[in-house]
Amino acid sequence: MGAAVFFGCAGIAFGPALALVLLTVAAEPLRVIILVAGAFFWLVSLLLASLIWFISVHLSDQEDARLQFSLLVFGAAVSVLLQELFRFAYFKLLKKADEGLAMISGDGRSPISLKQMAYVSGLSFGLISGVFSVINILADSMGPGIVGIHGDSPYYFITSAFLTMALVFLHTFWGVIFFDACEKRRYWCLGLVVASHLVTSGLTFLNPWYEASLVPIYIIMICMGAWAFFTAGGSFRNVLKCLSCKRQEDSRVMMYSALRVPFED
Amino acid sequence: MTELSAHLPQFQHGQLTENFPDNHLSNTNDNSERRRHDNSARRRNDNPESETNGQPQNNIQQVVEQDDEEDEELTLKYGAKHVIMLFVPVTLCMVVVVATIKSVSFYTRKDGQLIYTPFTEETETVGQRALNSILNAAIMISVIIVMTILLVVLYKYRCYKVIHGWLIISSLLLLFFFSFIYLGEVFKTYNVAMDYITLALMIWNFGVVGMICIHWKGPLRLQQAYLIMISALMALVFIKYLPEWTAWLILAVISVYDLVAVLCPKGPLRMLVETAQERNETLFPALIYSSTMVWLVNMAEEDPEAQRKASKNSTYDKQAPASQPQNDDAEADDGGFSQEWQQQRDSRIGPIESTPESRAAVQALPSNSQTSEDPEERGVKLGLGDFIFYSVLVGKASATASGDWNTTLACFVAILIGLCLTLLLLAIFKKALPALPISITFGLVFYFATDNLVQPFMDQLAFHQFYI
Repeated sequence: MGAAVFFGCAGIAFGPALALVLLTVAAEPLRVIILVAGAFFWLVSLLLASLIWFISVHLSDQEDARLQFSLLVFGAAVSVLLQELFRFAYFKLLKKADEGLAMISGDGRSPISLKQMAYVSGLSFGLISGVFSVINILADSMGPGIVGIHGDSPYYFITSAFLTMALVFLHTFWGVIFFDACEKRRYWCLGLVVASHLVTSGLTFLNPWYEASLVPIYIIMICMGAWAFFTAGGSFRNVLKCLSCKRQEDSRVMMYSALRVPFED
Repeated sequence: MTELSAHLPQFQHGQLTENFPDNHLSNTNDNSERRRHDNSARRRNDNPESETNGQPQNNIQQVVEQDDEEDEELTLKYGAKHVIMLFVPVTLCMVVVVATIKSVSFYTRKDGQLIYTPFTEETETVGQRALNSILNAAIMISVIIVMTILLVVLYKYRCYKVIHGWLIISSLLLLFFFSFIYLGEVFKTYNVAMDYITLALMIWNFGVVGMICIHWKGPLRLQQAYLIMISALMALVFIKYLPEWTAWLILAVISVYDLVAVLCPKGPLRMLVETAQERNETLFPALIYSSTMVWLVNMAEEDPEAQRKASKNSTYDKQAPASQPQNDDAEADDGGFSQEWQQQRDSRIGPIESTPESRAAVQALPSNSQTSEDPEERGVKLGLGDFIFYSVLVGKASATASGDWNTTLACFVAILIGLCLTLLLLAIFKKALPALPISITFGLVFYFATDNLVQPFMDQLAFHQFYI
């Protein structure tokens, strides 16, 4: 407890996400806007899911613990499905915005590609999802207390932090795969993304049996990462080229003129 | 308020507030609140001067169309950057307010209420409490409306000295007295020992530099920092002295008022803006947050050549005001263009004859921009009232919500999205728009929804360590 746990867990949970945001998103205004709008969409999905859960709880017997537990599981499943639905809605919105931006820009090309938008939207969902899951826990970790004094696991904070980090990465990868699947109309990919999200959420129900929940979640994360990498156009050769730091000559010929003649019609 | 250039085609207005003239008679808390009312939100989106004015061979029609397209393109291209230019200060203000609320307990302690909200909320029944808060909100809103109308009347009848004196006294109060209280409370929270001499020196320096930066000239970043700080101070005062239900009601009613006052033809704010436009004057200084330096070029309508010359210079030469004097002594016959400028222009786009006919034709173009700012340095302006009310919403959310950080973050995202949407609407409609309604609506919806619906759900999930 105390500042060490707070900073350590915060670093684990949000360090990679923060690095990604600072390096890839913060410099471009359009990407920042997409980040914030993605967070908004996720929040709306969470709101609707909570509404459904709230109504179901209040319509049911509040004394029955088993019923409440299964309602919670039901609420979590509804929330996952709604999140994916809103991811699809965000995809539609971004596609339209992309067309609008392309139409308006001077050279007919949008300033941001759909793949970049997929990445940023995935990252935004991951960030806001992680933040909402863990921020109150982090705030509590600053204060005094003994973890697990009533018999729960004493590793609550650190496992929460690792789960959050996995979730952030997973959402990023899911975003990339999802948008690409929607673009190319590969519905089996969509189904697989939704299924893996449900599986991930379901695995967390096995907490505090962390070997059964954390390890498979990280395996899923690595698989999704590889899939997203290849979906985004990565390959082994790209990695080698990047690592060898060779600068590639641009093979295109560029026309240069000091005065741009405006396009006729 | 904002410094305006000759034509003021578009304004975006958020929150108008007043200066109260009789601030000597009431207690300082009232003054602070009145100071809060001095903030008006104006956003201006000036389309850049058409950069095709000098194109020789295109006929007027093509030039007009290209102007529109380029204007449209340039507007939207700058849109994302401008949104970020407003996200950053709004975020900073909210961060300061939330950090203070979370650490300094003074601002969450109940120490009475302002005289504008005389009815207490410590009542026996819920109905009584609701009635009291409605009455409080009604009193506050009527005070604001009266003061707005007073301000408009003062401005219309050119009582500038009164308005300026008012503004200066208000910012004096904020910069010296409220920062003194704030600093005192921070020292108390962290148990820092401080002597009065050092304190006096610090407050004196802070206040004087603030007055200079805000009312006169200063580095842009410093001025922006001071404006953010005084907005945060004002928001903290509101969070402290407004009881809960009253605060939420006031937020809701003020966004409706904002909508009405800016968009209705007889709305006071709209009249204020139009009067300023007619007179080609700058409005009140120090009440608007500006994201860039405004090169103020006061140009009267009767001098189209000087205007065009200045604006042309801005396209090619960033030091617009500096180049003005050079061109003043050019011959009148060639339209005021100096020799070197003509040579420069000729070398870029070919020789052009600047005849009275061509100048008249260019003058006839629908010019949307009268600013002499370089298009890339065009900034957006947001009134301090918007900052204050956004921060009040987020601060209240962090102070009183049971969902704590979740609610605070949800309100924060909601306000940013509202701001984004407002700027998008501004880019589309290109006229004065209120900045409060969309953001405050989203903020209120998210506050109540997150606090009552999401928080129990997330709480249960976190208890079992489930992740969704």
